[in-house]
Amino acid sequence: MPQLHPITAEECDEQARDTAEAVARRSYGKLVAFLAARTHDVAAAEDALSEAFTSALTDWPRNGCPANPEGWLLTVARRKLIDMVRAGNRQQLAADELQSVELAVAAPASGELPDERLAMMFACAHPAIDAGIRAPLILQVVLGLDAKAIAAAFLTSPGAMGKRLVRAKEKIRETRIPFRVPGSQELSPRLDAVLDAIYAAFAEGWSDPGGTDVARRDLTDETLFLARLVVELLPEQPEALGLCALLLHAEARRKARRNKEGEFVPLANQDPGLWNHQQIASAETLLHRASAMAAIGRFQLEAALQSAHVDRCRTGALNWAHVVDLYDALYELTSSPVVLINRALAVAELYGAEEALKAMPDLASDDRLAGYQPFWAARAELLTRTSTHEEARRAYRIAIGLERDPAVRRFLEHRLSELAD
Amino acid sequence: MQYILLLHGNEAGFAQMAPEQQQQGMAAYMAYSEALNKAGVMKGSNRLRPVATATTVRIVDGKTQVLDGPYADTKEQLGGYFLIDVPDLDAALSWAARCPGAGHGTVEVRPIWSM
Repeated sequence: MPQLHPITAEECDEQARDTAEAVARRSYGKLVAFLAARTHDVAAAEDALSEAFTSALTDWPRNGCPANPEGWLLTVARRKLIDMVRAGNRQQLAADELQSVELAVAAPASGELPDERLAMMFACAHPAIDAGIRAPLILQVVLGLDAKAIAAAFLTSPGAMGKRLVRAKEKIRETRIPFRVPGSQELSPRLDAVLDAIYAAFAEGWSDPGGTDVARRDLTDETLFLARLVVELLPEQPEALGLCALLLHAEARRKARRNKEGEFVPLANQDPGLWNHQQIASAETLLHRASAMAAIGRFQLEAALQSAHVDRCRTGALNWAHVVDLYDALYELTSSPVVLINRALAVAELYGAEEALKAMPDLASDDRLAGYQPFWAARAELLTRTSTHEEARRAYRIAIGLERDPAVRRFLEHRLSELAD
Repeated sequence: MQYILLLHGNEAGFAQMAPEQQQQGMAAYMAYSEALNKAGVMKGSNRLRPVATATTVRIVDGKTQVLDGPYADTKEQLGGYFLIDVPDLDAALSWAARCPGAGHGTVEVRPIWSM
C-alpha cells in the first residue's frame, strides 16, 4: 500500500533532531540571554532551556516540528523556569518575586525574541567577574559548550572548570550584575574586556594550529562567530572590527601552517595558494572600515600587522620598516614584551640579527619571559644568524622544552640539528 | 537590591592628619551622605570607633571566650559602612567609587542576603 506520508519514523526523528540542532546553534544564546537577563539566574535559564530541548526531541518527532521552533522552546523553558521557582529549589527568588518572574519572562508581545546576547557577554566580562573565567563563561552561556569541552581547550580539568563556571554564575546572580550594554562613557573599557575574552578563547583554539584536536577546532569557529556577532551588534566600534579582522587573518592561513606530513610551516615558507583568500578579503574590508573611524587600538594594529605580512608574502615587496612601525605603535599601547620579541624579528630583516638581539626584551625585565617559548625560539633564530652557535643551541633546547605542540617541537629540533658544531 | 559598602582604611591615618585636613575629610563624608540621601538610596550608615575599642566573643567547648581586640589584626581596618538600596551591582559600584573611603582606603561592596 502506498504511504501517504513518505517520511518514516526514523526520518522524522532525524528531522526533529536536525531542527533542534539548527535552532540550538542559532538561538541557544538568545534564549539563555532572554531568560537570564530577566531573572539574573544564568544557571536556572540554562537548566530550563536544556529541559526544553529534551522535550523537543520527544515532542517534535511525534507532533511534527513547530512552525516557530524558537518560540516553542521559549514557552516550554519559561514554564520549566517558573516551575523551578515554584518548587522552591531556587531560593534566591523569594515567593513574592514569583509573579514578577512570571511577568518578566513572558513572551515578548511582538513575537520577536530580542537579541540580548551582547548584554549577556557584558555581564560575563564584568569587572566583578574574575578575568580568567570570562572567556570560558561566554563560551558556555552564549554557545552552550559544556565544561568538558571548554576545560579541554583551556588545559584544565573539567571538574575545576565546572566549579569556576558555577561560581561565576552565582556571582552574577547574587550580586545582581546587570545584563546591559554599558553607556557610551563606560563602553570602551568594558568592551575591551569582552573583546579580550573572545580573543583569549580564540587563542586557546588557535594553539592547535593543525586543527587535529576537535574540541579546539570547534572553539575557533565558535569564537569567530562571537567576534562577528559583536561586530554585527556594535558596527561602529573600531576595536570590535579590528578583532574580527585579526581572527579572520589568523584563520585564513590555518591550512598553510602545516604541510602534508603535518609538519609546521613558518609564515615565510607558506604557500599563499593554500590561504583562504575570501577570509583575507573580509578581514581587509573590516580593517578599512575600522581605520575610517580614526581610533586606533591594539586589535586593529595586530590585524594591520597580519595584513602587512600577507601583503609581503603575496607581492614579494619587502615592508619591514612598516612592520617595525606597527610594532612600535603596538608596544606604545601594550608595553608587552611579546610585542618586543616580534618586533625584534622584523628588526632582523631590516638591520640584521646583531641589531635585533639588542632589540630583544631583557630576560630580567619580566619573570614570564624565561618560560615563554617564543622568546627562546626568537633568540635561537637570531643567535644562529650571528653564528653564535653554542648559545643558539642552548636557546633551541629551552624552546623545545617549553613547546606543547609536537609539530612545532619537531620543527625546532630540525633547526637545532642543522646548526654546525 | 541592598548592598553594604564596607569602608576599610588605615585608621591611624586620620589621627595623623592636621585638624583642617580632618575637617575636610569629615565634610567629604557629610557631602557623600547627603548625596546618598538626595538620591533616595541611603538605608543606613555608621562610623565605627577604632579597633582598639573592639572586643570579640566566641563560644569554644560550651564556654564563652571574650577577647580584647579586633577579629583580625590587619593593616587596614573596618571603619564604617553605608547601606544602600540600588537596582544592580553597577549602580552600587558607581556609588562606591564616589565614596571618600575609596580615595584613602578600600571600599568592599557586598550584596545583602535578603531573607
